[in-house]
Amino acid sequence: MKIQLIHIIVFSVVAWCASCNLQEAVPDAESQALQPKQLSSQAKMVLIPGGAYKPFYGSDTALVKVNPFLIDERPVTNGEFLAFVKAHLQWQRSQVKRLYADTNYLHDWVGDTVLPEGINIDAPVTQLSWYAAKAYATAVGKRLPLLDEWELVAMADETVPNAREKKSYSDKIIDLYLVKNRQYNAVSQSPPNYWGVYNFFDLVWEWTDDFNSVLVTGDARSGEYSDNNLFCAGSATSATDVLNYAAFMRFSMRAGLKAHYTVANLGFRCAKDVDDKPLLTSPEGRDLASTGE
Amino acid sequence: MKQLFCILAAIFVLFSCNQDKAEKELPSGSIFHLTSQWQDQYNHSYQLDALRGKALVVVMIYTSCKATCPLLVADMKKIEKQIKPSYLHKTSLVLVTIDPEKDTPEHLAGFAKTSGMDAPHWVFLRSDEAATQEFANVLSMKYKKISPIDFSHSNIISVFNPDGELILQEEGTGINTEKVAGKVNEAVKGS
Repeated sequence: MKIQLIHIIVFSVVAWCASCNLQEAVPDAESQALQPKQLSSQAKMVLIPGGAYKPFYGSDTALVKVNPFLIDERPVTNGEFLAFVKAHLQWQRSQVKRLYADTNYLHDWVGDTVLPEGINIDAPVTQLSWYAAKAYATAVGKRLPLLDEWELVAMADETVPNAREKKSYSDKIIDLYLVKNRQYNAVSQSPPNYWGVYNFFDLVWEWTDDFNSVLVTGDARSGEYSDNNLFCAGSATSATDVLNYAAFMRFSMRAGLKAHYTVANLGFRCAKDVDDKPLLTSPEGRDLASTGE
Repeated sequence: MKQLFCILAAIFVLFSCNQDKAEKELPSGSIFHLTSQWQDQYNHSYQLDALRGKALVVVMIYTSCKATCPLLVADMKKIEKQIKPSYLHKTSLVLVTIDPEKDTPEHLAGFAKTSGMDAPHWVFLRSDEAATQEFANVLSMKYKKISPIDFSHSNIISVFNPDGELILQEEGTGINTEKVAGKVNEAVKGS
């Protein structure tokens, strides 16, 4: 009897310990998060010299200063994001926390690490949340562009850094915005803009780091971002922004977003601070601008 | 034989405790997944999951705000008054600053005192800018620094259950505080 008893106790204790060890041995998504694997980004970055620019909203006189920065020459692709989720399990479709992405996250993907058949791996990745975009950027040693940085680059057309005064500028962008299923095309196929940056308008909308700085509803203070400022046709046609209806479309889009939303034609590209380099003072940034990553 | 049963029973209890812990995994949408570090008005440093187990009423403000923040603070106090007094120890009323630079723990402690919000269920939190932005996004809150001293921001009061799941959001000032407090009472009762 006693021997039996001892056997049972020993067995139970061993079994219990084994189950504890097992729990510790299996790495879950959580612990993966603590040891992110270093990923590198293939996207070439372009140096934007920065400067003072007039935002598309707010008062006529308030210029916003933008520091020099680097921006990816194209959006992040399906292939690149696939490599990211393979290394960061917590961002796979079945693993992602609802806190960080809605239920449509990577909706079209066949599985956690399988792209749908027929999809172009060089097309921009879409249907992902702000958190996921930010996690990718961090993983490749970059960050998301600030809204002002993005809009500064957006002022360029193919020939000049600021094309806002041209009638054709906004019209052309709106035409691009209206193309259906544009997100399925490969990046870097259409002509780049003045800075050598591709696909600012023709494939996807893009997340920006501070997209939630656009205030249009439930407004706390009638500051510079009242509903009227942003949406009302009256102010859209006011002296400053008569030609920039495309920008109003972008700001409306951003204002409607929440960070966990995923949208079929919303992707992202990365940006980066520049280390102090003497070439930044060059007035002609274009030729000096390309830096390989 | 009796001894054997006792030991088996003890082992069974051990196992079931273990299982219990596994079952109480955080819900996928819980804010307690956030890993950012925060400091409260007592200069204690912790992650948000330190607040787990209590119902949370959360608002983001900055203390030098002269416009709507005082109204939001007033709403929070109204909510506090309508929570069952016996439930207050299972509730945290949390004010998170969007101005971490100026709202230091010392400053927040001073604000708590002068505003009569120094009971233990009042929690004032600050973090760095990135964590503040992330938290604002968790609350779907919009904000922007519009001058060196002022922010433009949306007014949202959010209620989370003790597992950190969002169960109510009220936007604007002069909200229905009774409804918010009712939701808190419900969440505490069900926990």
